[in-house]
Amino acid sequence: MAVVREITFAEALNEALDYEMSKDPKVVVMGEDVGRYGGIFGVTKGLIDKYGDERVKDTPIAESGFIGTGVGAAAAGLLRPVVELMFIDFLGVAYDQIYNQAAKMKYMFGGKAKIPIVIRTVSGAGASAAAQHSQSLHALFIHVPGLKVVMPSTPYDAKGLLISSIEDDDPVIFIEHKMLYGIKGPVPEEAYSIPLGEADVKKEGKDVTVVATALMVHRALEAANKLEDEGISVEVIDPRSLVPLDVETILNSIKKTGRLVVVDEAYPRCSFATDIAALALNKAFDSLKAPVKLVTAPATPVPFSPALEKEWMPSTEKIERAIRDVL
Amino acid sequence: MAEISKEKLLWIYEAMVKIREHEERVAELFAQGKIPGFVHLYIGEEAVATGVMAHLRKDDFITSTHRGHGHFIAKGGNIKASMAELFGKATGICKGKGGSMHIADLDVGELGANGIVGGGIPHAVGAALGIKLNGLDSVAVAFFGDGASNQQNFHEAINLAAIWKLPVVFVCENNLYQISLPYSKQQVIKSVAERAAAYGIPGVSVDGQDVFAVYEVAKEAIERARRGEGPTLIEAKTYRFRGHFEGDPEIYRSREEVKWWRENKDPIVIFERTVLEKGLLSKEELEGIKEKVKNEIEESIRFAEESPWPKPEEVLEDVFSTPTKGVLVWQW
Repeated sequence: MAVVREITFAEALNEALDYEMSKDPKVVVMGEDVGRYGGIFGVTKGLIDKYGDERVKDTPIAESGFIGTGVGAAAAGLLRPVVELMFIDFLGVAYDQIYNQAAKMKYMFGGKAKIPIVIRTVSGAGASAAAQHSQSLHALFIHVPGLKVVMPSTPYDAKGLLISSIEDDDPVIFIEHKMLYGIKGPVPEEAYSIPLGEADVKKEGKDVTVVATALMVHRALEAANKLEDEGISVEVIDPRSLVPLDVETILNSIKKTGRLVVVDEAYPRCSFATDIAALALNKAFDSLKAPVKLVTAPATPVPFSPALEKEWMPSTEKIERAIRDVL
Repeated sequence: MAEISKEKLLWIYEAMVKIREHEERVAELFAQGKIPGFVHLYIGEEAVATGVMAHLRKDDFITSTHRGHGHFIAKGGNIKASMAELFGKATGICKGKGGSMHIADLDVGELGANGIVGGGIPHAVGAALGIKLNGLDSVAVAFFGDGASNQQNFHEAINLAAIWKLPVVFVCENNLYQISLPYSKQQVIKSVAERAAAYGIPGVSVDGQDVFAVYEVAKEAIERARRGEGPTLIEAKTYRFRGHFEGDPEIYRSREEVKWWRENKDPIVIFERTVLEKGLLSKEELEGIKEKVKNEIEESIRFAEESPWPKPEEVLEDVFSTPTKGVLVWQW
């Protein structure tokens, strides 16, 4: 068997963009510093040399304007834009174009419109980027009907999910955790797609189900591996796309283990974590042998100091403790 | 006055009276409780949509405002289906899911009216970007009001169109009121067109009650866009004869002011007077069009009234294009 090469999360995303741009001239990349600079995390590196500045468009700092432009180009049926919102925290200055425009057009137009736009954005704490560059705001997208929300945790998933997202005819919010760009993993050179709405069981287990996303998948796996030495068997599920959500895989796992821990880096209230807990209570209540446990960040802004930020984020230790609590 | 073919003159008149007749009938139907929701009428502003749209083709795009019926009609949208939409019927152009504020007809390049002030302006820029990158010779026109010209989207979208030299025309319908706030209290500049200077593009202000004047400035702007020379900002000074919405008590402007505009600046009357004085069209031709339009609007109302309501299960349809599991089926 050929050895699959290992590349970084950022490189995997770059390959997905490169593949889609080479395949379909309607795919364009737009955003702040995506051209010559290659994106602040290097995801769009080199694309401008291959596809030129008409298809890899550096924009002014005008998120509402350029995301709205992407929405219009998609609605007109003329382009399939991949627009970069540099940090998810900048959502506020462009939110109308996402939740009132892109998300609703298909429904408001009686099903006629297709809005094939991908909004790539960067989420998450861990880089001492402080309160306006570190948030995990995916719940704000999950809450809005009409948006698909994708959140990969590995380079392999990143490439396959981005290809699917670009080929999807609906608006997709593609969220990349900033602490994952440098991680390496096996990624095939050829193009492949991972369907939206299929969770991945990152580790099989029989005692506890842990549902985690993005960076938290890695921390959940660390906790699971530690506990395995003590004979505790943890199943780690990465939904990969939060909308559509693979309800079936999650429920089947809960029914098997009878115990659920949800790890979500976002704020605790009205979050992805509470959503999965509600799902479990509504659809798998009879299987539950213990109360559902949530591991989330506290309801505070993200602090700057590494000492405080470490405390703020869900850690491997906190996940480990939560798993022990439900046993 | 520019040379306008007889055929075009007839089209302009028909479009204007069609908008007027449509809106007057909609006002009555709304008052009778047959049309639900909010209704914002275009009466008084007919010359703007018509003067601009006289230069557009089916493959050109427009984005509209919450006062969008006029743009829809002038772009050639399906009137029977739009009337049914106003009623909330299953045969509506948006299957009863959009209503008056979100009238759209993608088949004729109408990318949608918008309930969010200024929300559609970047969409026109996006359509223009798509036109340019696909090497087409279409154009996109963004319609918006004076209130929207204070919005982030207005400034960001015009700047993008200017730096990328996109085939788009920005048409501000300055009807002097942002709901109740008069123009003089929204901005200190005399004309919205002055703002074009800040983005290095041409800006021109025009009498929006004179369809010939609108026709002329729109011609230049649209031709310029088609030639690849970039965007233009047009301010059409106009006036809405009715309130902001149907049922508006209009406590912010005097009866005399409205009366003056109705008596002196009715775009349809101005057009009629001009073509009759110059002998371009006859009284009979004008009457003939009025009659034809009346019938067409009545037919659309009949169609809307006789159409069925949407089925309850349709509430769950048209969210996503591709089948998705675990989304809509997930009902608590």
